[in-house]
Amino acid sequence: MTSADFQTLMPEILLAGYAMAALMVAVYTTKDRLAPLLVWLTAGLFVALALYIGGAGAGQRLVFNGLFVDDPFARFAKVTILLSAAAVLVMSQDYMTRRELLRFEYPVLVTLAVIGMMVMVSSADLITLYMGLELQSLSLYVVASLRRDSAKSSEAGLKYFVLGALSSGLLLYGASLVYGYAGTTQFAGILSTVQDGVPLGLLFGLVFMLAGLAFKVSAAPFHMWTPDVYEGSPTPVTAFFATAPKVAAMALIARLAQDAFGGIPGQWGQVLAALAVASMFLGAVAAIGQRDIKRLMAYSSIAHMGYALIGLSVGTAYGVQATLIYMAIYVTMNVGTFAFILSMERDGRPVSDIAGLNQFARKEPLKALAMLVLLFSLAGVPPMVGFFGKFYVLKAAVDAGWVWLAVAGAIASVIGAFYYLRIVYFMYFGAEQEPVDSRMAPVQWVMLVGVAAIMVLGVINLFGIEPAAAVAAQALVR
Amino acid sequence: MTVFSFAFYMFAVITVASGLMVTLSRNPVHSVLWLILAFLSTSGLFVMLGAEFVAMLLVIVYVGAVAVLFLFVVMMLDIDFAALKGELARYMPLGLLIGVVLMMQVAIGVGVWQVADGAEGLRQAVALAPDQVENTRALGLLMYDRYFLLFQLAGLILLVAMIGAILLTLRHRKDVKRQNVLAQMWRDPAKAMELKDVKPGQGL
Repeated sequence: MTSADFQTLMPEILLAGYAMAALMVAVYTTKDRLAPLLVWLTAGLFVALALYIGGAGAGQRLVFNGLFVDDPFARFAKVTILLSAAAVLVMSQDYMTRRELLRFEYPVLVTLAVIGMMVMVSSADLITLYMGLELQSLSLYVVASLRRDSAKSSEAGLKYFVLGALSSGLLLYGASLVYGYAGTTQFAGILSTVQDGVPLGLLFGLVFMLAGLAFKVSAAPFHMWTPDVYEGSPTPVTAFFATAPKVAAMALIARLAQDAFGGIPGQWGQVLAALAVASMFLGAVAAIGQRDIKRLMAYSSIAHMGYALIGLSVGTAYGVQATLIYMAIYVTMNVGTFAFILSMERDGRPVSDIAGLNQFARKEPLKALAMLVLLFSLAGVPPMVGFFGKFYVLKAAVDAGWVWLAVAGAIASVIGAFYYLRIVYFMYFGAEQEPVDSRMAPVQWVMLVGVAAIMVLGVINLFGIEPAAAVAAQALVR
Repeated sequence: MTVFSFAFYMFAVITVASGLMVTLSRNPVHSVLWLILAFLSTSGLFVMLGAEFVAMLLVIVYVGAVAVLFLFVVMMLDIDFAALKGELARYMPLGLLIGVVLMMQVAIGVGVWQVADGAEGLRQAVALAPDQVENTRALGLLMYDRYFLLFQLAGLILLVAMIGAILLTLRHRKDVKRQNVLAQMWRDPAKAMELKDVKPGQGL
């Protein structure tokens, strides 16, 4: 351990120190009355660290005896995670305060979850991978049942916990098989041993690990928990689930596939492709029958994970770059959409039924227009940024010779467009019945309209994330 | 048969048998007791491997704390295990089928198991040989030096578990009377009661 080790780990150490300090201060002073301040402080710290990490020097550093790696890929993922977590935190503050949900532990747990995610995307060892994953998952289980006097929220937390523990078990079993074959838990060591032949036992381990990670990104057929957890959790927590953890888990799959098993892309490529196809079609078809917008967003996220997995399954640097761009766009779109869902209420109570959006455009034309842009973008309709995300992953698949995968993706996106456009139809042409109000805090309004503007203006140059993603992908795929 | 191999087979057979009894016994309290036996015989196996520190840890932590905690939970929670088992029986055929398929796959995997050529060298690079340093020191070198980062991360995970347990269970009830220790300690006996001299036949 040298000072260079600690310097590389500075953002994580800072966040951990902040989490503990915030916990102590809040416990010994005014408890929950301090929570709104803590939420803003945490978000501010996230943004500051994102700027610091984004501006940190280039290059790759392997520290703590090869347990932790800091490279452009990790930095790209960390910036995305920190910014999206900050956005979700600030827009949930008003909602949680009004519903008396805002406990001072919430920002602390989100901070700890973010530390877990940052460790995940930087892991260079199977044990680091598992530690980061558990730190993130445990925090998420707790915040899922934050509304503890509601049966649905408790059910969401319990379901997430039991199935999450099962998936962690699968992951650990796979990791033990890989360790048994390779004799080391370090990714570099595994990479060097798989060069000369892949035995069946190692393949078993690889598939078990991918199954465990597919659960974390909620790719079909490991998606069963997603709709119930999304529906049962408090809406700000759902917004958090749909953004930062997805980026972290997707980046972790890319890290594991390329860093540890980069020599055998043929072995994991087909597994990821199968997951991608199943997720895209299941997400597109199952969302059609949904009447609750939170459940609909759950199926939407399953489908989006399918598209992101296309980029990883082809195994090229361009594919990884496409996935990174896709995840950045997906997270931005979700922040905007959830800013709107957070504001939906009827007689002061939060509602999430889609039928209530009928004729919404007549009442609030600007918000309806912003939602229209966001939903078109989620569906991947050409002038919006969402189209470019899909375009990049499908192009990566075609370039690498996986034409059938690209065709499947295109078909699934056409099916999926139906349910996004149906909401637009309801908002503009639906029959009036039990309308919802949209009561927005200024932050939520800024998020909704800002993200909608990004979705239109981003077509110019995607705000420069394309070259950054290219550098990140080049660093990962060697 | 030497004493060593006799001891090994004895511990191994007891471990496997008591593990089986954990799942088979009808009374959950008996299950926990069988679990304790399994832990004890496993620690015997660890002693035979030369890992005396892990063996003692197993006895102190698992038998002394975890298993006793299990016992308390099983006895305190009034769970109707018969009803749970009835529910389980409905899915038994499907579960057995999946289990058999999985076992067959694992058997295939183990049947053709091979270890990478370089694996042995990579494995020995991690820990010092047991004849160079004693157990505790070797563990300490790994935990507080080589795997320092992971040790700290594990600490953070435990912190999350603690926050979660408090957040989800602690509620401040206003309708119960609480003990105020400081008020009790600072109470002045002189002010606590008042003596009145009541004259006979007059009253207060």
